[in-house]
Formats: sequence, C-alpha cells, structure tokens
Amino acid sequence: MCGIIGFMSRKKRMIKGDKVAIALDSLKERGNGKGSGYVGYGIYPKKYKDCYAFHVLIDNSPKFEKIKAEVEKVLEQYGTIIKDEEIPTEDGIIEKVHIPWRYFYEVDEKYADKEEDVVVDIVMEINDRVDGAFVISSGKDLGVFKAVGWPNEVAEFFRIDKYEGYMWLGHARYPTNTKAWWGGAHPFNLLNWSVVHNGEITSYGTNRRFVEMFGYKCRLLTDTEVVAYILDLLMRKHRVPVEYALSALAPRFWGEIDKMPEEEKELHTAIRLTYGGAMLNGPFAIAVGTPHGLIFMNGDIEEDTTMFGLTDRIKLRPLIAAEKDDMVFVSSEESAIRKICPDLDRVWMPDAGMPVIARPWK
Amino acid sequence: MEEVVIDAKDMHYKELNEKIHEVLRKNPDVKKIILKNVLGQRFIGTGLQKKDLTIEIYGIPGGDLGMFMNGPTIIVHGNAEFAPGNTMDDGTIVIYGSSGDVTAHSMRGGKVFVRGDVGYRSGIHMKAYKDKIPVLVIGGRAKDFLGEYMAGGIIIVLNIDEKGNDLGKVKGRMIGTGIHGGAIYIRGDVDRDQLGVAADIKEFTKEDLEKIKPYIEEFCKWFNLSEDVKNRLLNSKWTKIAPISKRPFGKLYTPDLM
Repeated sequence: MCGIIGFMSRKKRMIKGDKVAIALDSLKERGNGKGSGYVGYGIYPKKYKDCYAFHVLIDNSPKFEKIKAEVEKVLEQYGTIIKDEEIPTEDGIIEKVHIPWRYFYEVDEKYADKEEDVVVDIVMEINDRVDGAFVISSGKDLGVFKAVGWPNEVAEFFRIDKYEGYMWLGHARYPTNTKAWWGGAHPFNLLNWSVVHNGEITSYGTNRRFVEMFGYKCRLLTDTEVVAYILDLLMRKHRVPVEYALSALAPRFWGEIDKMPEEEKELHTAIRLTYGGAMLNGPFAIAVGTPHGLIFMNGDIEEDTTMFGLTDRIKLRPLIAAEKDDMVFVSSEESAIRKICPDLDRVWMPDAGMPVIARPWK
Repeated sequence: MEEVVIDAKDMHYKELNEKIHEVLRKNPDVKKIILKNVLGQRFIGTGLQKKDLTIEIYGIPGGDLGMFMNGPTIIVHGNAEFAPGNTMDDGTIVIYGSSGDVTAHSMRGGKVFVRGDVGYRSGIHMKAYKDKIPVLVIGGRAKDFLGEYMAGGIIIVLNIDEKGNDLGKVKGRMIGTGIHGGAIYIRGDVDRDQLGVAADIKEFTKEDLEKIKPYIEEFCKWFNLSEDVKNRLLNSKWTKIAPISKRPFGKLYTPDLM
C-alpha cells in the first residue's frame, strides 16, 4: 500500500500547498494514518533562498534545549546559522512528540569547494550522534514536513496551505516492516533529493552496506532512506547521468541486455557490475524531487530542479503519470490527480522500470 | 422508478456503496443507477446479484470495481483503476477508457470489455468451471504478464487505437507466465521470447475464431465500431497462446516421483 502524489509546474509557477494535501487526502485509503508527509520546492524564495534550510525534529522532552544546543554545536562547526525558529504548527491536531525546528544556514567559505559534502556530513553527524534529533531535510529553498497522522492532519498541523512551491511531493504511509514514527514518514530528503516511495526495498541490507561504504549512515529506520542516499551518491558524487543512474536502481534484465547493440550492451553491463549494490530489489514505485545540476544521458546538464517517477522492473506497484499545460503529475492513482486537476491533457501508465522525467521549461 | 441518479461528489466509497444498496432495497424494480462525479471510490458494485441492473459511471471509479459481482452490467465513461472485475462471477463491465493493473483479476465468469489499454498482470489467475467461462476483451494493448497464472477463460487483445487503426506489433513481455488453463488470443504476431514460462504458441484454428467471434462482435457493438473495423478484426492474423501442458509445474518439486 502507501499512496504517493507528486507534481511540478514546468513554468515554475507557484502552487499553494493545499493542492498536494487535497490530492494526498484522496489517497488516504492507501495509508493507515501512521505517517504522512510533504515536501515543497521553492517555498523559501525570499531572504533565505540561498541558505541551506535544515528541518530538524527534536524530541519534545525536558531535554529539548540540551538536544537543540547539541544540534547547533554541530552546525556551528562548519558554518553560520543565519536564522532559526520553530516551524509553525497548529495545536490540538496530533500529539507533538517532536518539535520541528528550522535553521537557515550558510556553510563556511573555507569549504566552498565541497559545500554539499559538508552538508551531508552535518546531516549524518546529527542523525548518528545527537540523541533525540533528526534532520529531515537539508536542501535549499525547500522543506520536508512530516509526522505520524493522516494526510489532512499532518497538512493542517504544519499549515501546508501557507507555503507556495513550484513542485510538491506527498506521501500517505502504511508502515509494514518498521515502526511508525515521525522520522520514518516520507519524504526522505538529503540536500535537494527528496524521495517518496510505495513498496518495500527488500534489498535494503545490501543497499545500506553499499552506501555506508561511502560514509552515509542510515538512521531513520525505514528502507526508503537508503534510496535518497543512493541517488545522491550516484548522481551528485559520481556524476552518473540520470537515465543510467536510474537504470542502476532498476537494471535492465540480462536477457534484454543480451539483445542490445554492442555499445549499449557494454554500458548496461558496466552499470550492473559497478552498481550492483545500488540495485533495488522488491516492489517499488517512487517519485523523486531532484536538485539542480542533474546530468542527462544525452549530455545535457539540467540546471533546474526536476521530478521523476520510477517503478520496479516487473511493476509490482502502481504509478500513473499525467500532464496538463505546464503541469506534470505522478501518482499511485489517477483519481488523486483528477481531484486537483479534473481535465488532463494526457494520462499514461509509464512502463515498468522506465523513468518518467519532468523537466522545467527553458 | 426505474432509473436513479446518485451524485458521488466527495463521497466516501462506503457511503456510496451503502446508497446503492439502499436504492436497490427501496426500489426492487430499478433498472438503472447512474453515478455522477465518481472519483476514486472503490468497490462499486461489489457482490451485486441483480441481473437486469445497469450501473452507469461517469468519472473514474476506484479499485476493485464490480468485485464478486454476479449479474449486473457496469458501464464506465472514463478510465478505471486497478482490478476491475476482481473475482467477478457473472455480469458485464464495459470501460470506455483504459484500466489499471490486474484488470479482471481472478475472474470466474462474466465479461470485461476495455476500449483502451490495460495495465500489468491483467487476467491474472482467471479461471473457468464447466459453463462458467470468464472473458476479457482489450481494445488496445496490455502491459507485461498478461494472463499470469491463468487457469481458464479467454483473453482477447484487439490491438487497435481509438480510431480503430492497428497499433503495430504488441510489446508485452512475460505473456502467460505460469498459465495452465484457458487461452490468450492476440491480434498480430507475438514472438516466442515475449512468452513467460509455461506458455506456448498454438495453432489458431477455425474453432478458435468461432469461439472468439461473438465477443469481438459484442465489443464492436458496445463501442460502436464500424462493420469495416469488425471485419478487419475477424479477418486478421491471430496468435493463440495457451499452456504447454495442464500441469506445467507438476514436476517442480518432485521430479523423481512422476
């Protein structure tokens, strides 16, 4: 189960967060109220656009101030907190077991050549070492809002309708293998990568060992976390073009590779051999928000944020894509898309294991 | 009152299905229920037994449309989500758009007509018993694993677009994986490497054509296709896919005993 919805305006038109909440609410049957979440891209367009926006969940306990100080100690090691505040929430909707806090942050100039690596290190350090604090998003001009609750409850709790973004992803969770807690709700984010996922990564152990060799630490007790780190590793660190990177996640079958023209055969064999640890086994449908600097197979470099959807190779989870004017949608069900956009220009079911990539118009 | 209209806008599926049952309880003579503004409501028509009832749906019904249904006709003016006709016993489902994965899942009787395409694993586990032979007719194309673990019934793929033109060679892979009963008829050529384990390409005989003809004619009637298109469909090259044997996996665990 689990329900996913994602949409982006290719014109980068700003869309209020209540749209994603309405669509996600219509998918609530796919979840069980034990986790819902949203990510909005373009939500901090003014003063803090160029700052890293850290959204951090801090235990709502007597130790709160102490934990917060620990988080700040880590942050201050590598740069400057420009502004910090509690993320505004509505009282009386869900039990506030964590206090969501945000930091707008600049990395010290001396790390200018490896700024993003430093941010990854900060996230890993806080998640690994600071008891009672978890970074749930760390990108620029975006933010993740997630908690245990139904889609409408989490949307109201975080006042999602007060934010505007040009791309949104939402997820209604039905936890099956791991516990329901705020940090385990989707989306999972690192830098500007955000992943929502329906299904299960049965290869989690293998994938986790693979990314941990490169310094990532899986601490959020949900399989999907590892997908965000794999994407960061393959596409940002190793600069693998997006179509090939996704083919590492959902590789072509050997039988298909055998039939490819020589050059392609060599390439897909190399992907399978090099990135065997990145292959996702098990049923999945994912929607992903990506950062700028995405490289495409044809050699183009995308300077803009993109969104893509991908399923496992034998299509054990649903994914529907649709278009209307400048809008591109992906979702578990067509009805969720039509809930917020009744008349669509095109609706289609993407082929299993083949990505749908939405790019902004130039 | 023979015709009743229900506006399903923003209605939960439970409420909508209760309303349908209430209508049938209060008006045993009702012949037609029209559902307007349907959007994602699941289980519409589940278990209904009234043979002379037609439910017309405007919008996108949710998953498991007509599940366990035994008799009525459901007409969908739009697309359908996953598993329409799930374990249906008798009756007819007509979908003017396309439908999602596992269309006609475990069907045991009745007919499902889809004008557009169907998703992955359509016709999975269809079965037949004596005169109960479920039929799935697909106007466009099917995604991979068509007729997976099929144990009986008939699947027909017409392979035409919305104007009735040929769509070209079918693309699906793993067709009939684990099939051990029934038959899949695909208009046009299918390569052997598009078949799954246990499926085989068999000779398409005159008897096969006689068998599928009435369903193709019914499809053309439902969707108002011309005589020309109908004749072209009937006079095309067909590929019949059927099980290699009745028990393709009989020796899987006990090769020495058989």
